[in-house]
Amino acid sequence: MVSQVLQKPAELPISARLAKNVRRHILERVIEFILMLAALSAVATTISIVVILLYESYTFFEHVSLFDFLTDTEWTPLFENAHYGILPLVSGTLTTSAIALAVAIPLGTIGAIYLSEFASHRTREIVKPILELLVGVPTVVFGYFALLFVTPLLQKIFPELPGFNMLGPGIVMGIMIIPYISSMAEDAMRAVPMSMREGSYAMGATRFQTAIRVVTPAAISGIIAAYILGISRAVGETMVVALAAGQQPNLTFNPMESAATITAYIVQVAMGDLPHGSIGYQSIFAAGLVLMLMTLTFNIIGHLTRKRFREVY
Amino acid sequence: MTTQASVLENLAEVRAMIRKHKRNDFIFSIVGLLALMIGLLTLLTLFIDLVIDGYPRFNLDFLTNYPSRRAASAGLLSAWVGSLLVMLVTFFSAVPMGVAAGVYLEEYAPKNWFSDLIEINVTNLAGVPSIVYGLLALGLFVYGLNLGESILTAGLTLGLLILPIVIVTTRESIRGIPVSIREAAYAVGATKWQVVFHHVLHYSSGGILTGIIIGMARALGETAPIITIGALTFIAFLPPSPVSDVAPFINFEWLESGFTVLPIQMFNWLSRPDHAFHINAAATGALIIVVTLLMNGTAIWLRYRIRKNIKW
Amino acid sequence: MVTTTSPVKAESRDLNFYYNGGHKALKGITMPLYEKRITALIGPSGCGKSTFLRCFNRMHDLYPGNKYDGQIVMHPDNTNILDNGVDPIEVRMRISMVFQKPNPFPKSIYENVAYGLRVRGERSKRVVDDKVEEALKGAALWDEVKNRLHDLAFNLSGGQQQRLCIARALATDPEIMLFDEPTSALDPIATANIEELMSELRNKLTILVVTHNMQQAARVSDYTAYMYLGELIEYDDTDRIFTNPSRKETEDYITGKFG
Repeated sequence: MVSQVLQKPAELPISARLAKNVRRHILERVIEFILMLAALSAVATTISIVVILLYESYTFFEHVSLFDFLTDTEWTPLFENAHYGILPLVSGTLTTSAIALAVAIPLGTIGAIYLSEFASHRTREIVKPILELLVGVPTVVFGYFALLFVTPLLQKIFPELPGFNMLGPGIVMGIMIIPYISSMAEDAMRAVPMSMREGSYAMGATRFQTAIRVVTPAAISGIIAAYILGISRAVGETMVVALAAGQQPNLTFNPMESAATITAYIVQVAMGDLPHGSIGYQSIFAAGLVLMLMTLTFNIIGHLTRKRFREVY
Repeated sequence: MTTQASVLENLAEVRAMIRKHKRNDFIFSIVGLLALMIGLLTLLTLFIDLVIDGYPRFNLDFLTNYPSRRAASAGLLSAWVGSLLVMLVTFFSAVPMGVAAGVYLEEYAPKNWFSDLIEINVTNLAGVPSIVYGLLALGLFVYGLNLGESILTAGLTLGLLILPIVIVTTRESIRGIPVSIREAAYAVGATKWQVVFHHVLHYSSGGILTGIIIGMARALGETAPIITIGALTFIAFLPPSPVSDVAPFINFEWLESGFTVLPIQMFNWLSRPDHAFHINAAATGALIIVVTLLMNGTAIWLRYRIRKNIKW
Repeated sequence: MVTTTSPVKAESRDLNFYYNGGHKALKGITMPLYEKRITALIGPSGCGKSTFLRCFNRMHDLYPGNKYDGQIVMHPDNTNILDNGVDPIEVRMRISMVFQKPNPFPKSIYENVAYGLRVRGERSKRVVDDKVEEALKGAALWDEVKNRLHDLAFNLSGGQQQRLCIARALATDPEIMLFDEPTSALDPIATANIEELMSELRNKLTILVVTHNMQQAARVSDYTAYMYLGELIEYDDTDRIFTNPSRKETEDYITGKFG
């Protein structure tokens, strides 16, 4: 009985409007495929970066032994008597970054604690967008600041400071990174549940005690992630150091001296007229590979710490 | 056991201690405010310094003159036209690609290792130093694809650079749209693409726009990757016009043209020893700052308004 | 009507409370807390019992725009703890609180209990050690954790975490302890432990407890207050409230006619 009733409509002609629209179906699949290709462009970019850096570095390392690259204390690929030791560039990069962090970490952290635990809702609403605006200021402008404002200012305190030095650009990079660290560390502290703060206040703690003894430890991995991503930014920063730290590779950790960073060296070579395929041309890819490995390490550690911190709450 | 006397005695002690602790609170609230202000005041100082230094060049000639060996008559014409054209290429490469990728990851991609891979990729790309994009472009666009040191190369390079920004904001905006809206559209017989195009993209367009503006502002101020591809710094001509008065009215010769952009012009003037050129650099810096702050400010304001107005 | 030999430890006098935005959450509450007795607050959710409890340690001061009107007077010193001149921090040092959900800090078990002492600037390790041990014993947790005092507090079970929070509140010898639905996030066995603990604490200090569970109020408290829509409907000996309430509304609530 039942099956008869069910079968009856199937014998009727199906309305054309309700039929499976083959054209539309194919179109949907085509659209999905195109969208997928767009998403794959991100993967393609990464692969291209890796392939190009590795390919050019490979030809570079056919001329230069990896041992010399890692141990030679001079970097003079453009000279007659060429040396290919990356250490002077690495020391310049690390010194300027270290100065930047010495400025940015204390100020950025204090700023974040103030913004998250002390500032009124109104102040936070005003300051947060300004911090975001500061993150967007082009770095070449900070280069101007380092070269023509901060260095002359420092020369009044230290008369022997040369016009190109690592101290000035280091400080400016630090100021540049403060909003970045503040903003991210504040996000981490905001994520600490209110119940934890209430627990502390209920014990008679002051704001400062609550901020230092409870909120900061609870948000510590998020704060550390902010530091690490800040380091990665300092290491990869180009314009400030290219303009104000000098172009001379110099194996030193003395901030009062001039020294080229990895990024400054790449800029210096690119500005010149090196023939494609020459060893000088390849050397910037080898330097870029080192830079990439350094920032990648910091980024991965930073994201892992942040991920761990997110899992807690 | 708290007796009456001990309670009162304790109270005096407690009060003295609280006063001491409150002093720490007060000191920190001042230190914190100062720390925060250093960042803000520095920008203000920088901006005032730039404006004062560059003031002599704030006139129309500065915008209509080509660069010159004589600082006083040098101008920004080729630089701002170059910036505009490069940004045009950046816009048309990064926006369609980034939005499409964001839509795919949020609406289509199955949640598996494949989408995880793309996601990790995008996060990592956002952290790659901009100069590495310059090396990529040098190897891939300039020599690999033989595009030369052209506007097309520069635009595509910056397009790749801001791609992660566009993808991430697209995804975030789309994620904010509730499932119920999608179900409502499916319920009246829409296909997946119709749901995405008519509804999801439409309602998240404000959020996506903020990402595009922030990305374009970033592209405008980027210097390192463009220097790395070997952009010339002394350009005393304009690229061929994109619009012509004979059919077909549009031409693409400008894409292959050499060029300079605002931050490069500034960098170039800044690296000269002659102080007269530093004045030009300051004026250029002031212009770049004003434009990028306006763009980022618009984006932040837009995002604030969207958050305030839309309550699903 | 209330039969007692105990002195009044604190009392609210005509207390009104307004949340930010003007909502009046408490309406003219006048009620005593007797020393070394347990007072329970019951009533349907939203009746203002937690709001009332949180007035006692000025927790509402943490959020802008909230307003008290009226007095909570503490004895023997006759301080109105809601007075503008009284520092909420001072109040919280005298009156401690245990929350609805256990909220240990991301620190070791030892440091969680020592927190109140650290906040008070206690530096002597011997004093802190003694107090921590005493508080953990007082919270019936000592035997379970004495060998792992330096483990992270998050590794304890829910019931253990709540007893840890009680130990944390005990370590500073408070005069009054507030419990805000302390067992609502716990299983029945952990609940029984906490209730037993509260009965023991009754010898040491004054307790005010909010509970959504009438049986719990009947089991642990000496006095019970029934609140409804921000008003105190009835306050009496717990026995009388549950056997022979004088108000019809109270009877309806405890017999389950509504709520």
